[in-house]
Amino acid sequence: MKQVNLDELVDRVLVELAKQSSSSAKKEPLQAGAHSSDPIYFPEDKEMGVEKPKDRESLERAMSRTPARIGIGRAGTRMKTRSYLQFRIDQAAARDAVTKDIGEDLLRELGLPILQTKSADMQEYLMNLESGRRLSDESVRWLEQNGDKGKDVQIVVSDGLSTSAIEANIPDLLPALLQGLALRNISTGKPVFVKRGRVWVQDQIASIVKCKAVISLIGERPGLATAESLSAYMIYQPSAQTVESDRTVISNIHRGGTPPIEAGAYLAELLDDILRYQASGVTLARLRSR
Amino acid sequence: MKLSCVIRKQHYQFSSVKDVLAKASEEKSGDQMSRIGAQSALERMAAKVVLSEMLLSDIYENPVIAYEDDEVTRIIYDDLNLTVYNEIKHWTVGELRDYILSRKARMPELTRLSRGLTSEMIAAVAKLMSSIDLVMASQKMRYQAYCNTLIGEPGRLAFRCQPNHPIDDPEGILASIKEGLSYGSGDAVIGINPNNDSVESVTKLLVMSHEFIQRWQIPTQNCVLAHITTQMQALRNGAPISLMFQSLAGSQKANEAFGVSKEILDEGMELMLRYGTATGPNVMYFETGQGSEVSLDSHEGVDMQTLESRTYGFCRHWKPFMVNNVSGFIGPETLYDGRQMIRADLEDLFMGKMHGLPMGIAPTYTNHMYADQNDQEIAGMLTALAGANFYMGVPGGDDVMLSYQDTSYHDDASLREILGLRPLREFEQWLEKMGIMEDGRLTEYAGDLTIFD
Repeated sequence: MKQVNLDELVDRVLVELAKQSSSSAKKEPLQAGAHSSDPIYFPEDKEMGVEKPKDRESLERAMSRTPARIGIGRAGTRMKTRSYLQFRIDQAAARDAVTKDIGEDLLRELGLPILQTKSADMQEYLMNLESGRRLSDESVRWLEQNGDKGKDVQIVVSDGLSTSAIEANIPDLLPALLQGLALRNISTGKPVFVKRGRVWVQDQIASIVKCKAVISLIGERPGLATAESLSAYMIYQPSAQTVESDRTVISNIHRGGTPPIEAGAYLAELLDDILRYQASGVTLARLRSR
Repeated sequence: MKLSCVIRKQHYQFSSVKDVLAKASEEKSGDQMSRIGAQSALERMAAKVVLSEMLLSDIYENPVIAYEDDEVTRIIYDDLNLTVYNEIKHWTVGELRDYILSRKARMPELTRLSRGLTSEMIAAVAKLMSSIDLVMASQKMRYQAYCNTLIGEPGRLAFRCQPNHPIDDPEGILASIKEGLSYGSGDAVIGINPNNDSVESVTKLLVMSHEFIQRWQIPTQNCVLAHITTQMQALRNGAPISLMFQSLAGSQKANEAFGVSKEILDEGMELMLRYGTATGPNVMYFETGQGSEVSLDSHEGVDMQTLESRTYGFCRHWKPFMVNNVSGFIGPETLYDGRQMIRADLEDLFMGKMHGLPMGIAPTYTNHMYADQNDQEIAGMLTALAGANFYMGVPGGDDVMLSYQDTSYHDDASLREILGLRPLREFEQWLEKMGIMEDGRLTEYAGDLTIFD
């Protein structure tokens, strides 16, 4: 019995030593408190928490292949303190990101006119879906007078649930998408920004500008791994009979998913298909797989 | 049928069975948004009083959406056992509650009873039940199903390993599969939500997961949670599928928005029985959750909880292996906070079981909801106590593709330990063979995905 305990102890010491030497760089900030007034710099990278992996290199490689929280080890069956706190920090940040407002300088730089929905504020936007699905009367008038009519494609950008997604992706995505469409001789109306918009506002916009297809680039609800994820919703000639499965959706556009420039090119290709097949959503998928 | 009552000297009048059901529901933001919920706490109680005196035949004769107009209603009514219904149609909803909670109602009695109840009756009785009522009634019922493993045996708790990746990278997905298995998660299914819904991409993931299961001889099933028509196409092309997935809702209009119908589900199941890789007979996996009809603007004036119950009435037609409830996945416009989410989870587990379904729960929350990890863990523990068949297993509780939080591999192992529950029989033996589990507890090797190298 004594022997076993001693072996265990030796093992544990060896593991601790190995951990300290392999991750000393990461741990340094935590220990930097030479002066008690120095703050704690809490590490943001995933911690390898498995104490004695069968193959450390293989585990490192696996951890690098996915943003998922793997290789984090356990305390009993629970998460270790560092991964638990990291999880809670990421959730707190995501929570805060929802209520952040969009920087209007960026929209000016991108030359996007700002339209409003019927949502007066974030609370109304969150709790009343209908308010984000319709443009305000003033924006309807503006679009009727100033929108480009009868084009192949109308692009709509909207903050949705994440302004960070717009800031991080649109500066690269929008030019790539416009260029991709131009190369395919697809005409586009002047893109617009819709503040606090839901996906379905695209149906109203399409009916006003009378485009063939409409694409909305909308900030997704922030996740823990990223608050910068953007989705693209596309539909061919929406009408009163439109159902959700008529929309083609590409989600997870962000640095760690489909990068914005690549997404721009891909979306142009998809829109080309939508115009060619005169269909979107499940119908398009069926026609394409034939 | 009485549609009015007096409480605290105040007269309350309701317009229909549908109105009473909506106003008797516990407070939920989705019903407020549809403007069908109770306007005050006392009005809610008045509706509960009226509901408690309502006869089951009143509910039978007044489906919340007409038989002629709605496929979900037709399935519920056509699948009903009329002999059982005729035995109980003179009961009030209050008497139904007392019977369900009584000692004489054990699983065989409740199973028979469920054959004579429409989904609206089941929703109604849940509106008269408190949290402990719901847990105690749920505990009595445990429904089993067989695909490649037997799910729902007493004393066992299963998990879906959910190894999603933001761009469907097969190596990244495989890493999360290994991690999950090393925690004992994956006996319900290895189920991947694809980011790319194309037939080619979905097929690739089906082949990858199938080959991994074959190589390590894992007693489980694979599934890629694409739209059912995508999976059907993949299956026709020869892709290996052991479980077919689809999200369902409680009105025909909402199912149309999902791009699904009885006809498509019939065809999907027929294809599975002919070309699927599983033993069966239960080869379908459905996901449901309060609020989808509201967010698709197809609630038809019916409250979220009643629609959810109707979804179960629809589901049971295809004898699924798993029905997973994901109330909380949508956002604050349907379930405002942790309190509403926990209530919905308890109601849904009870209502699913009362339909005879092999129910699992995904206590989830999104980041724009007023809920956090503590609420989620409470919902997980309570529904485990109430005897859910399975939960999800997500690395670290954070789904990096769908951007929401669900039960983690750690939570899975913890729920088993808290309640002394074991993995599914065949899978437990496999875990022991792999050295991951011993006497129902994780070994020191658990949690290391490189044991699969």
